[in-house]
Amino acid sequence: MALKGTDIVKRLPEGGKKNCRECGFPTCFAFAMKLAGAGASLDKCPYLSPEVKAELEDALAPPIKLVSIGSGDNSLQIGNEEVVYRHEKTFVHQPGVALLISDKEAEAEVDEKIKKIKDLQFPWVGLTLRADLLALQFESGDKAKFEALVKKVCDSTDFSIVLMSEDVDALLSARSICGDRKPLLYPVTKDNIDKVISGIKDSPTPVAVRGNSVEELIPLTVKLKDAGIEEVVLDPGSKNMQEAIRDQTLIRRASLKQNFRPLGYPTIGFPCFLAKDEIREILFAAMFVIKYPGIIVLSDIDESSLLPLLVHRLNIYTDPRIPMSVEEKVYEIGEPNEDSPVLVTSNWALTYFIVASEIEGSKVPTWLCVKEAEGLGVLTAWAAGKFSGDSVGPFIKKSGVEGKVKHRKLVIPGKVARIRGELEEALPDWEIIVGPREASEIPAYLPGLVKKWKN
Amino acid sequence: MEYKAPLETYSGKVGEVVIGKGEKAIKIGGESVLPFHFFEGTIENRPRIALEVYDTEPEGWAEWVREPYKDVLSDPAGWAKKCLDFGADLVCLRLASTDPAGANAPADKAADMVKQVVSAIKAPVIVCGSGDEAKDVEVLTKVAEVCDGDKLLLGPVVKENYELISKAALDHGHCIIAQTPLDINLEKELNVKLLKSLPLDRIVIDPLSSALGYGMEYSFTIMERTKHIGVMFGDGTMQMPIIADLGGECWKTKQAKESQEQGLLWESVTALSLLLAGANILVLRHPESLKLMREVVDGRI
Repeated sequence: MALKGTDIVKRLPEGGKKNCRECGFPTCFAFAMKLAGAGASLDKCPYLSPEVKAELEDALAPPIKLVSIGSGDNSLQIGNEEVVYRHEKTFVHQPGVALLISDKEAEAEVDEKIKKIKDLQFPWVGLTLRADLLALQFESGDKAKFEALVKKVCDSTDFSIVLMSEDVDALLSARSICGDRKPLLYPVTKDNIDKVISGIKDSPTPVAVRGNSVEELIPLTVKLKDAGIEEVVLDPGSKNMQEAIRDQTLIRRASLKQNFRPLGYPTIGFPCFLAKDEIREILFAAMFVIKYPGIIVLSDIDESSLLPLLVHRLNIYTDPRIPMSVEEKVYEIGEPNEDSPVLVTSNWALTYFIVASEIEGSKVPTWLCVKEAEGLGVLTAWAAGKFSGDSVGPFIKKSGVEGKVKHRKLVIPGKVARIRGELEEALPDWEIIVGPREASEIPAYLPGLVKKWKN
Repeated sequence: MEYKAPLETYSGKVGEVVIGKGEKAIKIGGESVLPFHFFEGTIENRPRIALEVYDTEPEGWAEWVREPYKDVLSDPAGWAKKCLDFGADLVCLRLASTDPAGANAPADKAADMVKQVVSAIKAPVIVCGSGDEAKDVEVLTKVAEVCDGDKLLLGPVVKENYELISKAALDHGHCIIAQTPLDINLEKELNVKLLKSLPLDRIVIDPLSSALGYGMEYSFTIMERTKHIGVMFGDGTMQMPIIADLGGECWKTKQAKESQEQGLLWESVTALSLLLAGANILVLRHPESLKLMREVVDGRI
């Protein structure tokens, strides 16, 4: 429930009738409308009293505070989300995946985990997927040991850091080691809040508050805000998956639907403490990707558990308003050679993924020509005039596939069998073959085709 | 500023569909809150979980998906019983043999086999044709006739073939799966057409389930929107329960074939997402994924 332009204009000089134009807009009303849409800054108006300015600033702030953890290229931005469900617009800031290291763990285990978080990177449709943070936990009771862990992580990695300790002194001394990294401190509770505030108020870093319920968080965040600590993350202390869904949903709704400031912060989730084993941790984490936290902490990661989680995060945070498409080019599936089949399809990402995965399943190395069609599926693209014989023909010519194969046989999707005639005219050297209607038929189709050619 | 928990009230309710007859019957749907929103109302019927059974021994399965079924892969009735031993609520019998592009088995042979499986187990059965629009009409209408009164869930029914199959379902007391290709407008269009001849409590919708990394977010969002339209906005043409048939999609991915753990997570993460979006029936392939999803729907995780 953001502030409307019509409400803002009343607070501007002379009730919005000054119209001095010094802000660069023709009227106070136009300026107010821009402010409401976050398209202008309050600083542009030289006549606002400090009180009104502070009041408007507060009212115009995003309903969920943007919190930034870490510094430099590896810093993580969370919060600033605008919707409860991704189809209402889109989710914006992907949650950071954190790997937990306790100072009780043996040296070798610590080294292994640091190595894992560095090494586990996955290429995926042109992106590199990886975990984002290290969460360092004080459990040993020996402060020196915790400090040594923090120091080691700072010296050997540039990951952003979450510092976790029930002992405030240990938390603060660890912070002094890695203050330049802008670590997140966890947990701030009703019992330690005064001590934390006095320890960090001179140079605040982000803090995460923990309560036993959503309600318990409210007085804590109010107190932090009064002390000038604005970058806050919430942990409502949920005990199981259903409680977590409830608490996360209530926090998200309170901030977005009620503009309730004390809960207008991103959250943190701890699959590492909620789940009894690694596979269930990933399930908790997958739930959290959908149900809101900005940071998700895991006790361990490996190749086969981290990849599904990171792909899932990418899927859920894809902007649903933009049709997903892949680049127009000739893709190599398997290791095709000059005798391998040539297939053509449209560039909707889903079409590409499915066709590519079915070709892989067929075990026949193939050249897959993907034609730009505004991210539409084959049949829709044909209906929209983006996959006609007249446009597929020239695309095949300029794609370079003619330099890659000896033969001139092109397999087209069965759903657009009707473009065959046009294509034969556009590509007189090529034999046009109508392939299967469904991608799922490719594994049965391709081996037979290749066998036929051999004979 | 006073905090008042932002609870919502809902105007719509998902239709309740009964599958299976007599003691075997199970109910799906019926909820009038969003998925897992136990804090806003009661959800009487938890999501149900089916495991797949094939009428012919499947090819190309990774060894870790074959292993649990290895002694029953060519015995559909035995396979179905095994699914129940693993804890499935119902089975999804796939008539792969009827595919005209494959063995092209005749409809009456397939129907007899369905009857055998139905008689062999104490749980409801979902029966899926090969997906060939024309052949499925022959096969599914025959199945409907031979299994008269067994209250099967028959599918997929698509806009090209819904008339004859839904008539057979109505005449012989079965329910159908209305399938549309990842498009909420087509989904509604088919529902509207079906509702002219079938009551709401005979229809389950299948907006298609894509696997993680292969378009899962489309399935997720269509299911989530369907629930919103049905439950929050009370649109009576979008209040059927949803089936998420995802096991096969997940296990055919390259990633699921690379390792057992990755495959299990590929299936489980997809299944969990679609549960959160609002699926009322999951169709899974691996018994271990079933175990995990059971914990989720029972609130034991």
